[in-house]
Amino acid sequence: MTQPQSVGVVTPKTQRFTEPLLLTSGGRLEEYELVYETYGELNADRSNAVLVCHALSGSHHVAGYYADAPDNIGWWDNLVGPGKPLDTRKFFVIGVNNLGGCYGSTGPTSIDPATGTSYGASFPFVTVEDWVASQARLADELGIQRFAAVVGGSLGGMQALSWTLQYPNRVANAAVIAAAPKLSAENIAFNEVARQAILTDPDYHDGDYTAHGVVPERGLRLARMVGHITYLSDDAMAEKFGRSLRHGKQVFSYEAEFEIESYLRYQGKKFAGYFDANTYLLTTKALDYFDPAFEYGGNLPAALSRAQADFLVVSFSTDWRFPPERSHDIVQALLHNRRSVSYAEIDSAAGHDSFLLNDAIYHGVLSAYFDRIKVTAHV
Amino acid sequence: MSKLRYDFHAIAEWIGEGETVLDLGCGDGSLLRHLADTRGVLGYGVEADPENVKASIRNGINVLQIDLERGLAGFEDGFFDHVVMSFSLQAIHNTIGILTEMLRVGHEAVVSFPNFAYWRHRQAILNGHMPVSENLPHQWYNTPNVRFFTIADFEDLCAMNSIVIRDAIGFDEGVRVREEPNFLASVGLFRLGREH
Repeated sequence: MTQPQSVGVVTPKTQRFTEPLLLTSGGRLEEYELVYETYGELNADRSNAVLVCHALSGSHHVAGYYADAPDNIGWWDNLVGPGKPLDTRKFFVIGVNNLGGCYGSTGPTSIDPATGTSYGASFPFVTVEDWVASQARLADELGIQRFAAVVGGSLGGMQALSWTLQYPNRVANAAVIAAAPKLSAENIAFNEVARQAILTDPDYHDGDYTAHGVVPERGLRLARMVGHITYLSDDAMAEKFGRSLRHGKQVFSYEAEFEIESYLRYQGKKFAGYFDANTYLLTTKALDYFDPAFEYGGNLPAALSRAQADFLVVSFSTDWRFPPERSHDIVQALLHNRRSVSYAEIDSAAGHDSFLLNDAIYHGVLSAYFDRIKVTAHV
Repeated sequence: MSKLRYDFHAIAEWIGEGETVLDLGCGDGSLLRHLADTRGVLGYGVEADPENVKASIRNGINVLQIDLERGLAGFEDGFFDHVVMSFSLQAIHNTIGILTEMLRVGHEAVVSFPNFAYWRHRQAILNGHMPVSENLPHQWYNTPNVRFFTIADFEDLCAMNSIVIRDAIGFDEGVRVREEPNFLASVGLFRLGREH
C-alpha cells in the first residue's frame, strides 16, 4: 500500500436548480444553487460515488486544498484521498454545502431574486430532509442513481441516516458516525443558549444585520463558545488546558486568565469572523427538528423499516453530545429490521470532535468497511 | 483463521438454512463467515476487541462492539434462532447471567468451552502444574479465562438452572469422543434450550 496522499488542488463547482424546492416547513425556494467538490473519478457505470454530508459548521470543502489558499485544507482531509480510508482511487467522493449554508450554496447571505437583496432572516427554515432532497437533485444532475455510500459525522450522520429513509434504493451503504436519531432535551438546551446569544445581540437586527452593515459578532462568539464546550470532553479539556493560567498566577481580572478561557475566546472570535449568524440559527434548528421516529409515535424501529442500505454505525466513548447510547438506539432499530449493520464504539478521549480526528482504530474500522464495498473497476 | 474448524463444522450441523444467528465473542468473524457461506444465515457477531471488530468487518460480517459483561439488554426476546458462544464462556464472569440472556434472545444456545477435567489436564495437575494445552494455551498468570470448570460441572449448572441439554459432543483435540467425555474430551460443545 502506498502512503496516504492528499487529493491535491481542488476547485468547487456550482450547480443551479430552477425547479422549485418545497420545504418541510411549508416554505419554498423558487431556485437555488448548491456548491460542491468532487474527488476521484466517477466510474463507467456510475457505481462508485460516495456522498459526504457535513456537520454544523462544515462545508463542501471535504478534502484537498485550493490553489490560491494552500492552507485551506478540507475538513475531512485525513479521511479522503488516495490511500486513505475513503480511497479516491476507488471512490468518486462528493462534498456539498447544504442549503442555508454560508459557503456558497444558496443561504441567508444570498440574494433573494424576489427582492434583489439578501434573504437574511427571511430565508426559509430547512430540515435534514430538505438537505437530503436537494442533495438527491444534485445526484440526479451528476447522473448518480445510487450511491455506493453516504457518509457523515454528527449532523452529517443524521443526513446519511435520512438518506436511507428518504431514498432507500439510492444508498448501498450508510456510515453514520457520532450521530443520534434525535437530539436530547439537553442538546436542544445547548442549541437554544447558542441561539439566544445571537438573537439577543443588539447587532442582530431581527436577522437583517447585513442591511445595517453589521454582524452580531458577540452572539456568534458566545454561540461558538458554548458549542465548543459540548464538542470536547471533560478529560480532553483537563488534559489540554487543565487549570493553566496564562500569567502563571492569579491576577484577579475578567481578562482571559485561564488557558481554557483564552481558547474559547479565540475559537469564538475566529468563528464569528467567517460564519453567518442566520445560517447558525437555521442549522441548529435543523438539528433540533431531526427526529425520523416522530411521525411513528416515537417508534424508531418502525421509522427505520424503510431503510435498505447496509450500515456502519460509529460512536466515541467520551462523546457526551451524541453519546454511544444514541448510536445503540440506531443499531437496535436496524437490528429489529434485520438490516446489515456493524457498530464500533471507539475508545477516545476527545469527545464529540473525535469524528474529525486521526485515530488508528477509528480509521482502521472505516478502511475495513469501505474496502469491502464492491464497485466495478475504473474505466 | 485462528479458531478450530472442527468446532465450526459441528456447530454448522445444528444451524438451519437461512437462520438468524448471534455469535458472542465472534473473533475475526470466521464462524459467521462459514455459516453465511454454508447455511446462508443472517449473522451478527459481538466483539469487544477493536482488532477483532476490524477483522470481522473485513470478513464481511456484521459485528457489534459490545462488552458482553454488560449483557444483551439491547436484543429482543427470541430474535435469534441460535446464539453461539465459541470458546468464550470461560472468560466471562457472569456465567449464569450470560447463559440466561442467550436463551432469552435465542431459541437455542450453542456453547463450546475447554474441559478442565480432560485427562491431560488432570495429569498436569497431578504433576503439580496448571494445565497448558491447545485449548488452554495461556499460563496461569496471563490467562483471559476467569471461570475454570469441567463438562460435568457445566451439566450440573444447566440442571440447576432448568437449562435443557439437547445435544452434547466432546472432542479430543479435534476428534469426536464416544465415551467418558469428562475424562477424554478436551472440549465440550453443547446445544441448549428451555422447556416449552
